[in-house]
Amino acid sequence: MSTPVARSVPAAIRSVLARDRWALAGTVTVVVIGLVAIFADVLTAIEGHDPYTYDATALDPATGLPAGSFGGISAEHWFGVEPLTGRDLFAIVVHGARTSFLIGLAATVVSIALGLLIGAAAGYLGGWADRVITWTADVFLGFPYLVFMIALGAVVPAEFPRALLLIVVIGFFGWPSTARIVRAQVLTLKDRNFVKAARVLGASPWQIFRTELLPNLWGPVLVMATLSVPGKIGLEAALSFLGVGVLPPTPSWGRSISAAIDWVQVDPVYLLIPGLALFAVTWGFNALGDGLRDALDPKSVTKR
Amino acid sequence: MRYALTRLGGMVLVLLIVAFCTFVVFYLVPSDPALLACGKPCTPENLALAREFMGFDEPWWQQFLTFLGGIFTGRTFGTGATAIHCAAPCFGYSFRQNTDVLELIGDRLPVTFSLAIGAAVLWVVAGVAIGVLAALRKDTWFDRVALAGSVIGVSAPVYLVGLLGILVLGFQLDVVPVGNYTAFADDPVRWAWGLVLPWCVLAFAHGAHYVKLTRSQMLETMSEDFIRTARAKGVPERTVVGKHALRNVLLPVVTLTGIEFGSLLGGAVITERVFSLPGLGGLLIEAVHNRDLPTLLGCTLFSGFLVVVANAVVDLSYGVLDPRARLT
Repeated sequence: MSTPVARSVPAAIRSVLARDRWALAGTVTVVVIGLVAIFADVLTAIEGHDPYTYDATALDPATGLPAGSFGGISAEHWFGVEPLTGRDLFAIVVHGARTSFLIGLAATVVSIALGLLIGAAAGYLGGWADRVITWTADVFLGFPYLVFMIALGAVVPAEFPRALLLIVVIGFFGWPSTARIVRAQVLTLKDRNFVKAARVLGASPWQIFRTELLPNLWGPVLVMATLSVPGKIGLEAALSFLGVGVLPPTPSWGRSISAAIDWVQVDPVYLLIPGLALFAVTWGFNALGDGLRDALDPKSVTKR
Repeated sequence: MRYALTRLGGMVLVLLIVAFCTFVVFYLVPSDPALLACGKPCTPENLALAREFMGFDEPWWQQFLTFLGGIFTGRTFGTGATAIHCAAPCFGYSFRQNTDVLELIGDRLPVTFSLAIGAAVLWVVAGVAIGVLAALRKDTWFDRVALAGSVIGVSAPVYLVGLLGILVLGFQLDVVPVGNYTAFADDPVRWAWGLVLPWCVLAFAHGAHYVKLTRSQMLETMSEDFIRTARAKGVPERTVVGKHALRNVLLPVVTLTGIEFGSLLGGAVITERVFSLPGLGGLLIEAVHNRDLPTLLGCTLFSGFLVVVANAVVDLSYGVLDPRARLT
């Protein structure tokens, strides 16, 4: 058997960043775009445009296309402008990062928290609770959630905050995969002596979860969280792409890409910039997550 | 046999629960399809009439039972000359489009199926083949290219790949047609040719996982003792890989295929939008814009049914691949 993973989570992160250059590159990408999301207002103030103001002067009046080559990229508009409206694409992409990160991270927190509680309950309690939970998770895993989310987007009243709806729905459908892994971990943990000792001393299941199980679950939970953020961000973008995600005028990468469909032949820059941003974030989280998994789980051999 | 029967029972139970949850969510959300259908001016009498016609005057649990009953026996909306009959299996009736929902789905399903199944065949075959080859040729240029490709495929959203594909292959190089769907029955060659790009795009986005999974699984299997034993016995390498190793590799691949069926439908919906294919995705989006509740409910339930059936097929196919699974 391989050596047990006794390393602490921060130590694992440090060793990953020191040894794995792909994970390092991914981390840098995520951190940079994360900073962009946090300081979106500052960045757009420096550039001098907001993502909402229409500006016909930046357009070619005959075609509605951005004036100038490469989608209107200039010192004035760093990423060019949106065709037909003249809104500044840099401001849209930068604020879109905020939308993506907010929804992606918050939905991940929801799904990991749910998965952690439900999975630990299944693994620790066993018996019929375990059977019901495992079975429910299987049903959820196969459920065509995208279809359901599209439909839900139509029936929920417009007054309900869209970002919150997306966070709750995307987060809710994410718990089964986390719960499965947590359950498997807890199944092996609960027969270890320190857990048995706590049980014999009369600790309640909740106490055991908090003080005995949870500290041993942080590693896998961190890996799962990192690897599930890009999926959540992608889901928000996909829903916005289909027109049932974030509502206009709130900037969203997915909606920009969707709008770019009609312009792809004449203004490909409009597609490429939000598209590359989305790709970069997804790749960054994936690279970091793969690296963390390799470091924390000696069994995994998915080396590049 | 007993296994198959238990499985069937479980399937029916899952379907019922899926139907129930979907129904509850849709009907507890405050939106009134009768209000949209009652016309202008919408007097309270007209509204009550519309509600009664659609069956929305009943309590929700009764509506659910009526709905379920409709699937088995069909149902009739209204009475007398204006009555509309929806034949079994009735997944609802779209009052916006004045059509049986199942008929709407039936019109669009061939497109989505053509897309999804073609892409699935392509990515399972190509994904497994590339994964196996990459594992056998570990650390060569082929392995590196395959891994780099799978990293891109995992991270790039399917619509982005699709749009870039249209841009480069469709518009710039003009090698594949863009944006027209021909029914298989009309002209199989044009059907396939029109779907080549969507298939490749969807397969690229989904197949990446399979390459990664197959490769790591293959690497693990090839280092196991039974492979060494087989080689020591003098079994030809081709048989070692093709029979001994591949069988072990295929199990997780089949599992993944089952799990992925739901997201395949999702991926197909998105891909349809990119390539303007008139499939289920288009129906859904139109229904969203028209606030066509019965169609939305029908589509959601129907795709739920598809997924459950697909999962059952996958489960049963375990028995064929892995003799150990037959015992449980």
